[in-house]
Amino acid sequence: MDIPKELDEKADDYISHYPEDQARSATLPLLHLLQEEYGFITEDSIAWVANKLNLEPINVLEVVTFYPGLRQSAPGKYHIRVCRTLSCAMAGCYETMDKFCEVTGIDRSNVSHHNPIAVSEDGKFSIEFAECLASCGTGPVCLIGDDFHESVKASDVEKLIKNYD
Amino acid sequence: MAALKYIKGKQPHKREYRMIFRNVDRQGWDESIKSYISDGGYKELKKALKMKPQEITDEVKASGLRGRGGAGFPTGVKWGFIPPNNTKPVYLICNCDESEPGTFKDRYIVHQDPHQLIEGMLISCYAVGAKVAYIYIREEFPEGAKILEKAIEEARAKKFLGKNILGTKFNCEIYVHRGAGAYICGEETGLIESLEGKRPYPRIKPPYFPAALGLYMCPTIVNNVESLCHVKHVIAMGGKKYSQIGTPRNTGTRILCVSGDVVNPGYFEIEVGKITMGELIYEVCGGLKKGRKLKAVIPGGSSAKVLSADERYTIRDGESEKVIGIDDIPMDFDTMAQCGSMAGSGGVIVMDDSRDMAWILNNINTFYAHESCGQCTPCREGSLWMKKITDRMVSGSGVPSDLKTLTSIGDNIAGRTICAFGEACAWPTQSFVAKFPEDFKKHTKPRNAKKELNPESKIAAAGLSR
Repeated sequence: MDIPKELDEKADDYISHYPEDQARSATLPLLHLLQEEYGFITEDSIAWVANKLNLEPINVLEVVTFYPGLRQSAPGKYHIRVCRTLSCAMAGCYETMDKFCEVTGIDRSNVSHHNPIAVSEDGKFSIEFAECLASCGTGPVCLIGDDFHESVKASDVEKLIKNYD
Repeated sequence: MAALKYIKGKQPHKREYRMIFRNVDRQGWDESIKSYISDGGYKELKKALKMKPQEITDEVKASGLRGRGGAGFPTGVKWGFIPPNNTKPVYLICNCDESEPGTFKDRYIVHQDPHQLIEGMLISCYAVGAKVAYIYIREEFPEGAKILEKAIEEARAKKFLGKNILGTKFNCEIYVHRGAGAYICGEETGLIESLEGKRPYPRIKPPYFPAALGLYMCPTIVNNVESLCHVKHVIAMGGKKYSQIGTPRNTGTRILCVSGDVVNPGYFEIEVGKITMGELIYEVCGGLKKGRKLKAVIPGGSSAKVLSADERYTIRDGESEKVIGIDDIPMDFDTMAQCGSMAGSGGVIVMDDSRDMAWILNNINTFYAHESCGQCTPCREGSLWMKKITDRMVSGSGVPSDLKTLTSIGDNIAGRTICAFGEACAWPTQSFVAKFPEDFKKHTKPRNAKKELNPESKIAAAGLSR
C-alpha cells in the first residue's frame, strides 16, 4: 500500500515517542492515523503497520479486533456514536438513538457485537452505540465525527443533524 | 477566591472548595499557556526544581493525598515503591482513560486547564526520576488529545519541558498516547499492555506491580489525572497545610460527579468528608425531581456497590459507634468503605422511586459484558451470563431462581480474576439483587412444571414404559 508522504512522516514521528527497541508501542497511534485517513482499518492498513513496526500482521490484527474504537468496516461520511451507558440511558439515550435512526434512515436490525456499525443506504451517516463517553452529567451525549454534543434529547436530533450535510 | 468570576449559570456552589477546578468555567479563561502563566502557572514547577526529589515525595506523603482514580491508594506511598537500587529508566503515566460510568471530571481538566495537569506531571516526574511520561487519553476525547498536544508544545517553547528544564539538569518529555475505546485500559496494568501495543490484558500482581515491573518491565508510576493535579497544590501549600483540608486520613478536595435523577447534575469540588450524601443531593444538586423520593445511590462509579435509601449503616470512629442513614454518610473514602461500598472515582449516580432496579442493573451488566477483556474465564463468561439473565428478566421471561443464579454468578467472579474488573462487574449484581429483591422478583414467574411435552415425545415415553 502506498500512503501519502506526510502520513509516513507522521508515523515516523509517533514511533520516535517510544524507546528504540519498543516501536510496537506505536501500533495504536499508527492505526489511528490510518483510520483517520481511510475511515476504517483495512487489511492493507494492517499489513502496512506490521511492516512499518517490524511485526507480524497478526500482532496488529489482534489489536484491531480488540478495541471498539478501531473500525473494521466502512462508516458513513458522518459517524455517530451515541452513549448507551447508565446515566445517558436514564436521560433517554435509547430514544435519542431511535430518532437518529429515523432521521438518517438507518436500520440497526442487523447490528451485533462483532458488527456494531449500521450505515444509511446513501452512505452519508453511520451509527453505533458507544459505552460511556464520560459526560454523565449532561446526558444523553453523542459524538458525530470528532464533534461532541451534550443533552441531545430525541426532540433535538432533527435540528442537530441538519448541521451535517 | 471571591475575586474569581465564573461564566453565568456555571458558578460554583457555595459549598464547593475550588482548587483543581479553580479555572473550570472561569470567565475570560482559556486553555492557553498565556492564561495559565498570567495566573501564576508553572510557579510550583520552579519551586519544586529547587527541592530534592525525595523532599517532594515526602511532602506528598505528608499531604495524605490518596489516588482519585478509584482505589484511593496513597499517592506518595505508591511513589515510594520504586526499588531503591533501580538502574532502569523510570516512567510516569497519566491515566486519562476516564471511563468508569458516572465519572466525568478529567474531561474538564484536560479541556479547560491542560497546563495544570502538565505542571503536576512534571513535578511528579522530577520526584520519581522519570524522564519520559505518557498521557494515556481515551479515544473518545479527540479534542482533548489535540488540546494536550498543543499545550505540550506551548510548554516546550517556554522551556518547561524538554532538555534542561528552566536551566536545570532535569530533562523530561511528555507524549500523548490515545487509547481506542476499551474500559479495561483504565486498569493500570492493562493500560501498560495497551501502551506497549498489545491487547490490554491486565497483568497479575504480584509480581507485576508497575512501580517495580511496569512499562517495558521498568519501574512505572501510573496516576490519575486529578491526583497529578493535586501534586501541584501540595507543593504550593506544603504537605502539612494540604493535609488540613478535608478530614484526617481523607485529605484535600475531590471532584464529585453527580448524574441521574437530580435537578442539577454536574461536577462539584468539595473538601473530602466535609459534606454528606444528603447535603450533596438536596442542597448542592437541588434535590430530586418534583414529587419523587430517593430510592438508591451508586456512590463511586458504576462498579461501586449500590446504597439503598432505606438502609442503616453502622459507622465506627475510634471507640465510638453510631448508626446513620444514607443522607448522613460523609463523602469520603473510609466511611464509604464502612458502608460496604466505595468512594471510587467520585461518580455519584442518583436513582429515584420511578426507577426499576432490574432495568438499571441490566444496563450496567451490558456495559461490563461488553468491556470484559476476556482473559479470565469467570469474568469473561460470568459477565455475559449476568447480562443474559437480566436481559431476559426485563423482557418478561425471568424465573424465580434467576435471583439466586445471579448472586451465585457474582459470588463466583469476585476474587477469582487477575484484575479488579471481576469485582467491578460482580458488585453491582450482588448488591442490587441483595438490596432490591422485590424489583427483580416482579420480573419473574414460575414456569409451569406440568407443561405438556410435545405429543411425539409423550408417545415415545409411553412406548418405553410398556
